[in-house]
Amino acid sequence: MPDTTTTSAVSSAATAVLPGRAAAPGTDRDRTVRIALIVLGLSAAAAAPFVLYPVFVMKVLCFALFACAFNLLIGYAGLLSFGHAAFFGGAAYVTAHAAKVWGLDPALSILLGTGFAGLLGLVFGALAIRRQGIYFAMITLALSQMIFFLALQMPFTGGEDGIQGVPRGMLFGVIDLNRPLAMYYFVLAVFLAGFVLIWRTVHSPFGQVLKAIRENEARAVSLGYRTERYKLLAFVLSAALAGMAGGTKALVFQLASLTDVTWQMSGEVVLMTLLGGMGTLLGPVVGAAFVVMLGNYLAATSLPVPVVIGAIFVVCVLVFRRGIVGELAHRLRSRPSRDR
Amino acid sequence: MHDTILEAVELTKEFKGFTAVKGVNLRVRRGTVHALIGPNGAGKSTVFNLLTRFLPPTAGRILYKGRDITAMKPADVARLGLVRSFQISAVFPHLTVLENVRVALQRRQGNSFHFWRGEATLHALHDRAAALIEAVNLAPWTGHTAAELPYGRKRALEIATTLALDPEVMLLDEPLAGMGHEDIERTAALIRRVAADRTVLMVEHNLSVVADLSDTITVLRRGEVLAEGPYAEVSRNAEVMEAYMGAGTDGAGHA
Ligand SMILES: Nc1ncnc2c1ncn2[C@@H]1O[C@H](COP(=O)(O)OP(=O)(O)OP(=O)(O)O)[C@@H](O)[C@H]1O
Ligand SMILES: [Mg+2]
Repeated sequence: MPDTTTTSAVSSAATAVLPGRAAAPGTDRDRTVRIALIVLGLSAAAAAPFVLYPVFVMKVLCFALFACAFNLLIGYAGLLSFGHAAFFGGAAYVTAHAAKVWGLDPALSILLGTGFAGLLGLVFGALAIRRQGIYFAMITLALSQMIFFLALQMPFTGGEDGIQGVPRGMLFGVIDLNRPLAMYYFVLAVFLAGFVLIWRTVHSPFGQVLKAIRENEARAVSLGYRTERYKLLAFVLSAALAGMAGGTKALVFQLASLTDVTWQMSGEVVLMTLLGGMGTLLGPVVGAAFVVMLGNYLAATSLPVPVVIGAIFVVCVLVFRRGIVGELAHRLRSRPSRDR
Repeated sequence: MHDTILEAVELTKEFKGFTAVKGVNLRVRRGTVHALIGPNGAGKSTVFNLLTRFLPPTAGRILYKGRDITAMKPADVARLGLVRSFQISAVFPHLTVLENVRVALQRRQGNSFHFWRGEATLHALHDRAAALIEAVNLAPWTGHTAAELPYGRKRALEIATTLALDPEVMLLDEPLAGMGHEDIERTAALIRRVAADRTVLMVEHNLSVVADLSDTITVLRRGEVLAEGPYAEVSRNAEVMEAYMGAGTDGAGHA
């Protein structure tokens, strides 16, 4: 990247004063807790299909990845997209088509869906990124509605029926994904890959700039950052990962349908993220699990699902502003500092 | 002419019919400390916003090192070495003091788009960041978030962050506002030190510091230049005295 700043290297009197002392980036206790959480989480995920219905857990994983991707945008770049269903559902169609019509490898099919969502994200982002706040949300919503109508009209999406009977296929030609456990561990691997990439992004040099922009965009600009480009990259990454989630879901349910491109789906991912705690890495996972579980439970009762979810949302916004994980983390963090 | 590093030509800014800056001509000489003073609402911050392209001028031109930057974007102006601070303290509240300074140092490392690299790639900047933090006496706060700092310390952090870019021209909007007596002295000394090898344009109400630090002073009133020259000269100007006494601003007493 060329840099036009032309001043001498380190000439400021200030930098000559004292050599460095860097802050310790976290205590030993934090590290132990983190490692324990990772081990616990991985074991639970590995054991889950023996305790719960694999399809249910896979659904949770797909939505968790979707919410994590969305969280990358709202939690770390401060951008509220209300059109993420276009990436999730759009990729589902592409993956389903690739697997069913072209007979491609499941991993490659998901990759195609991911790439498609990334490109779509580039288009959406280029059009919306200069707008702020509610205007940004409205433009993403409008664009995703266009995708919805395209999905409804275009022949290859199957209209109201969607693409049904999508084969799960043989992974790399050797692993039969029709075996529930094989499929489960494949989905888990996809989820972990996406999650690790998000974790990495958040802690990367890029993630630092993103956080700075979220905190104070004008200041970031005054430091010479062309903030729109950073936001655009965040948007594309988020869209691609949402697509990865959508493509995977299409293989899990062997179906790509209009449901996944509706604005309600865009709303659902907002809900999952806020409920779990935006700007926290685990929040969206917890939020997604909660909403999927609730949906399953409510489906068996006569309660109106949207009303219950809406009510929970209102309560969350009013009293649980940080979300479940955000609130927990806040309590844990503020306790030791009060003792001090 | 080669002596002028930053120049405003007939700079004008209108806000919905209200003219906040009116035909301002300003020449900042390379290597000097130039102060912009005037009563509240005189248009000082607006001039800063225009010079750094945070606001588009209604009319007029801005020249930096002889180059017309009137049509440039603010981030690109900053990349040319013209870096500003803000009147309302501008820090990244949820980043630590170290991260605040580091994010400024980071841009020139050229890896700011690398989303796949670890945070450790930034550790190479820690020594320089710590030195800058030490220079503004914030070392004990290094690991704290900026939000935890008292107001005066936030201003100090802002100066350290601006300095991290090693700018050729530094524009400081009221760098001493909200600081206690000790902090004022320390910060004024710091500004003097860093001004040794760069140009500083600053807005400041503390006239004793302005008198002490500046080579040239421009007085602004109702968007227009009222007087310009060395402090001794400007402070004897009858109109300037009237503008200050008349407006009864807080800074007048310090002179
Ligand atoms: N974005 C804006 N829209 C409308 N009016 C504005 C805007 N920004 C500034 N003004 C007006 O322009 C005038 C100059 O404001 P400015 O902030 O430049 O003054 P200042 O000299 O920096 O004052 P202070 O010493 O209080 O910081 C004020 O009357 C202000 O109300
Ligand atoms: Mg001002």
